[in-house]
Amino acid sequence: MTITELRVPAAQVTGRSPWQLAWGRLRTDRVALASAIVIVVLVTLAVCAPLIAAWNGHGPDDQFRDTGITPEGLPVPPGGEFWFGTDRLGRDLFIRVLFGARVSLLVGVVATGMASIVGVVIGLLAGFYGGVVDVILSRLIDVVLSFPYLIFAIAAVSIVGPSLAATVFVIAFYSWAAIARIVRGQTLSIKEREYVEAARSLGASDGRIMFIDILPNLLAPVIVLVTLLIPAAIVFESTLSYLGLGITPPTPSWGNLLSEAQGFYRVAWWYLTLPALTLLLTTLAFNLLGDGIRDAIDPRTERIFSRRRKKK
Amino acid sequence: MFRRFIVRRVLLGVLVLWLVTLGTFCMFFVAPGDPARTLAGRQATEEQVALIRHDLGLDQPILVQYGSYMNRLIHGDLGQSYFNGESVGTLLAGDLPPTASLVLGGAVLWLAVGVSAGVLSATRARSLLDRTLTLVALGGVSMPTFVVGLLLLYLLFFQLTKAGWPIFPPDSYVPLTAGPWEWARHLILPWVTLATVQAAVYLRLTRGSMLDVLGDDYVRTARAKGVPERRVIYRHGLRAALTPVVTQLGVDIGTLIGGVVVTESVFGLGGIGQAVVQAFVSGDLPVIMGVVLIASGAVVVANLAVDIAYGLLDARVRLA
Amino acid sequence: MPLVEMTDLVKHFPVNEGTLLKRTVGQVHAVDGVSLTLRQGETLGLVGETGCGKSTLARCLAGLHPVTSGRIVFAGRDITNLSRKAMRPVRREVQMIFQDPYGSLNPRRRVGSIIADPLVIHKIPGDRRKAVQDLMERVGLNPEHYNRFPAEFSGGQRQRIGVARALALRPKLIICDEPVSALDVSIQAQILNLLKDLQDEFGLTYLFIAHDLQVVRHVSDRIAVMYLGKIAELAPDLYEHPLHPYTNALLSATAVADPDARRRRIILRGDVPSPIAPPSGCRFHPRCPKARELCAQQEPRLEGNSHQFSCHFPVRPGGSL
Repeated sequence: MTITELRVPAAQVTGRSPWQLAWGRLRTDRVALASAIVIVVLVTLAVCAPLIAAWNGHGPDDQFRDTGITPEGLPVPPGGEFWFGTDRLGRDLFIRVLFGARVSLLVGVVATGMASIVGVVIGLLAGFYGGVVDVILSRLIDVVLSFPYLIFAIAAVSIVGPSLAATVFVIAFYSWAAIARIVRGQTLSIKEREYVEAARSLGASDGRIMFIDILPNLLAPVIVLVTLLIPAAIVFESTLSYLGLGITPPTPSWGNLLSEAQGFYRVAWWYLTLPALTLLLTTLAFNLLGDGIRDAIDPRTERIFSRRRKKK
Repeated sequence: MFRRFIVRRVLLGVLVLWLVTLGTFCMFFVAPGDPARTLAGRQATEEQVALIRHDLGLDQPILVQYGSYMNRLIHGDLGQSYFNGESVGTLLAGDLPPTASLVLGGAVLWLAVGVSAGVLSATRARSLLDRTLTLVALGGVSMPTFVVGLLLLYLLFFQLTKAGWPIFPPDSYVPLTAGPWEWARHLILPWVTLATVQAAVYLRLTRGSMLDVLGDDYVRTARAKGVPERRVIYRHGLRAALTPVVTQLGVDIGTLIGGVVVTESVFGLGGIGQAVVQAFVSGDLPVIMGVVLIASGAVVVANLAVDIAYGLLDARVRLA
Repeated sequence: MPLVEMTDLVKHFPVNEGTLLKRTVGQVHAVDGVSLTLRQGETLGLVGETGCGKSTLARCLAGLHPVTSGRIVFAGRDITNLSRKAMRPVRREVQMIFQDPYGSLNPRRRVGSIIADPLVIHKIPGDRRKAVQDLMERVGLNPEHYNRFPAEFSGGQRQRIGVARALALRPKLIICDEPVSALDVSIQAQILNLLKDLQDEFGLTYLFIAHDLQVVRHVSDRIAVMYLGKIAELAPDLYEHPLHPYTNALLSATAVADPDARRRRIILRGDVPSPIAPPSGCRFHPRCPKARELCAQQEPRLEGNSHQFSCHFPVRPGGSL
């Protein structure tokens, strides 16, 4: 049998990468898919918030003293004009939640992105070089992970003052260690594989080995962790803002919206519950998606919401 | 070997604490504003400010200042509040009872509910109960602590009271001297708030670790030998499954402290956590740094305790 | 001039204890004074049990481990413990084929880019895709498959990928570290034949490592036997006239195709001693059926010209243990 006989059309022989296989599994996971849709809708709404505000004429800071405040000076419940009701100053809560989503999602994604880069690099360095580098870096990781973090955040913000940038940095500084720990562990085992030795025998540089040979093989757990760290960052941001350490009014964020609402839960149920539910929906969707991605990447893990439920 | 392991951990803890003091000391320097001027008040003359500066030792070289700072810390002096000149130690000691009460009950609830629900979930894997618990846990980890607190306040305090069931009192702390029942009744909502998120995390952790262990060969061997299922789960399984849970505990002390700050702020309990938030609002740096030091000390001590517990649970660590 | 000349090569691995402050508590004598030469165009077989140091020797030669002492001369140039930069041109000449066709190919990368790796790393100009496809064709793979992942190939095909990668830079020496021991017997012959063909075509020199004596016998011009970090015996016709008792024991342990050949199995006593504390004198003496007092006291030197052996009391040709 000669090689020419084996030839088949090129379209059929393009390999399916492990990513494509994982994607195939993820596509059949209804819970993960629904979560992804929720996230896409939220992101779209957040991105389009100014358009929506322009369309219904309710700017995020516009106070509607005639229609948005009852004669007693209280917020107005949800209705045709104000879908989520109004807040204590007669502003459209729906619009404010959308604008809050912009800040909260942005902080979550940017902080997690920064943390991922730092975490991957530090984890790779610690795992790849081992020795003293590893001892120092892993101790650092341990210490950061066990920090009384909120207290340190309070201390740091009290020095630099609350701002968007400070919030992002505080969250990124908190999140990188979890990624670094996982990357380090994976690197330790992957660097012993023969293909790394093969690359070394070819004369590949350390950087090439770390980023071309090792990194793609540990991306899977990192991606899972990142999808789980984004909701954690959103939770952290809202907590900081709730305490007055993060995003400060008048810029709306989910945390400071809830902080304002706390004094009004006896008279305006929507003021507290609707932003809270939006926040929960978002973090829950990210967490469910993260679980789904983990299942798709590592099919051995047990599925919680199995499609093969009938199997006893 | 075990003793050497503990000694190393103690040394590491001391190192971490020292780094924290270095950090807090530096923070005083990079902080905007002049503490002497803040303490002196608005109407103070230049001479008065200079006098206070001299009293505080702020005109000394930086190393001398650091030396006296460390000296004061070792003698338990955390400095004075900018706000009213009171000793930070005394201030925080006064705030300790609500915080201690909150942590105690919250941690018990968190571990008891988290671990037992995790075991329950793992031993009935794939049952309706398991799926429900898993979903609840996922909801739990998705919630910020303060949202849990606010929703509990709204639903269990406000709506119940409105409906004529004033079971749960609103925010505030009642000391134990007012009677244990009153004390506990006022703390139930804060305890639940503090415990919910962490209990959810520990449910997931225990469940996963328990499932791993129950699939191990030695557990299968125990079953094959005819060891009763209860014994398999609790004697053979749980002990091994708890090791990762205990490790996680060390990491989570810091998270617990964060939860305390948030819970106290939501319910206005007036503990150390609320004190630090108020200090932030008023720019009272010595109080903030005092809390940083206390919290770091608590984390280091708790981690040491966890390491010892870990060594007792898992004989392998003692040898490593 | 030989292509490779290794002189008194020693590689010890320190055994460390402690986490923060490492103390060296012993040395693993992986390779302990080995002198070997490889002639241009030959295949030198290197056999020995697991842990005898043959893979470590190969990795020292490939520049993957620094050498503790001794000298490696490649094509007239001393390449012992060269810096990374100085080693680069040497790496073009020396390539390796690994044992595990599953572990030696990165599962997350396409076959084409794996085979192109040497070209990219050494910045070889030209049409890389064509070069890769030529290589694939040469080793008997379908060149259309360059876009596939290693997981989509069988063990034998994967080993062909490894061969193609080793061949990409047209090296002088290829170190084959048990290249067929992870494969089915039916596939082994295909790979061995491929290696033989490539050797003829490109004038390659092989250092061929195996623990299976039969495999080495087919491909090797000369065969060296290693025991506990040292060469026990080295000869072109090792199978016909084994002199060292260890070689005899190894040969007697392999299955023989001829059922009429009545051979006595030599059962060795005990296990291979620890390379951390190798035995005194002749390393083989605790297990040797012919050991005498002298063997425990004095270490035999590797003697002979074309047939080298290190034994005080070699087995006479035609004699038995």
